[in-house]
Amino acid sequence: MGPDTAVLLPAYNEADHIGNLLRRIREIAPESPCVVVDDGSTDHTAELAREAGAFVISHPFNMGYGVALQTGYKFVVRRGYSYLVQLDADGQHDPRFIPVLWERVASGHCDLCIGSRFLEGETYSIPFARRAGMFLFRRIASALVRTTITDPTSGYQAMNRRVLDFFIKDIYPTDYPDTDVLVMLYRNQFRIAEAPVIMHAAQPGKSIHSGLKPVYYLFKMALDIPLNLIRREEKQ
Amino acid sequence: MSTHQRVVAAIFALTLLVTIIELVRRRKLKEEYSWLWIMAGVGALVIGLNYSLLETITRLIGAGFTSSALFFLGIFFVLALCLQFSVKISKLETQVKNLVQHISLLEAEKSVAQQEPHNK
Repeated sequence: MGPDTAVLLPAYNEADHIGNLLRRIREIAPESPCVVVDDGSTDHTAELAREAGAFVISHPFNMGYGVALQTGYKFVVRRGYSYLVQLDADGQHDPRFIPVLWERVASGHCDLCIGSRFLEGETYSIPFARRAGMFLFRRIASALVRTTITDPTSGYQAMNRRVLDFFIKDIYPTDYPDTDVLVMLYRNQFRIAEAPVIMHAAQPGKSIHSGLKPVYYLFKMALDIPLNLIRREEKQ
Repeated sequence: MSTHQRVVAAIFALTLLVTIIELVRRRKLKEEYSWLWIMAGVGALVIGLNYSLLETITRLIGAGFTSSALFFLGIFFVLALCLQFSVKISKLETQVKNLVQHISLLEAEKSVAQQEPHNK
């Protein structure tokens, strides 16, 4: 991995993890700059990230995970990077797999590589309801994308510049960009693949799938996935 | 419909119309949002002056009473208004998102530019 690849971490109140995580990423990918999008944190996330040597982009208030990701994409495109690897800042995604995901994209094997926690056995126990949801979306994604997708809800991903140019448009769904994005990418002739990664359990209550959010998530996917199949305007 | 009822309906509809026009004139209500209100005001005026029209509408929608038809029309207007607001809010949300991102990126690039001369 060289200086043409950026590592993106959307972060909201991650002061407990961000410093150590950035230092670990620096050891693994010393030439690749880290970009932290501080999504309106009320703790010292931004200062700690800056001290650890990352580019920090701060939202004036909390805008949500998808908006933070897209802000990072826009920054990376404006700075002219060719590749991007994104991972969560809460320490759930093991940074040792950054080069693995990057290599799959940089070698031209695919345009977007998803880090899957299910390809080589599970790394932590997942509650039944969440597991059932993942199974459902795994089947839907695999059928619609016409390739085996084992972890469509994974935010641990690598992508090339073509995908980034696509993601900075207003059509990018900024609330829960998951399975619907994969369908959108497939419909626009992007190649999607997976690589095995290790993930750790998320902190209780911090997940974007906590509380009543899964109900809205299911509704949003049920509406958006079929619509993405008939939408025409984003076709390249 | 008695003359008394007609006069009250006409006064109500005219007051609504004048208020809408005055708000647009004072630029307190944008033209974009005034058309639905003007339609409602004109509709109330026409129905108020022409009771047979309300009876025809009642028959057309299969309502038992003219008052039910009036409620139906009122609820339809409120729904149309809410839908217009939802469309506008969706557009505004995208614009706010883009604005926040633009400001955040400018701030980040400014701080990068300030750091770069020191690094050289």
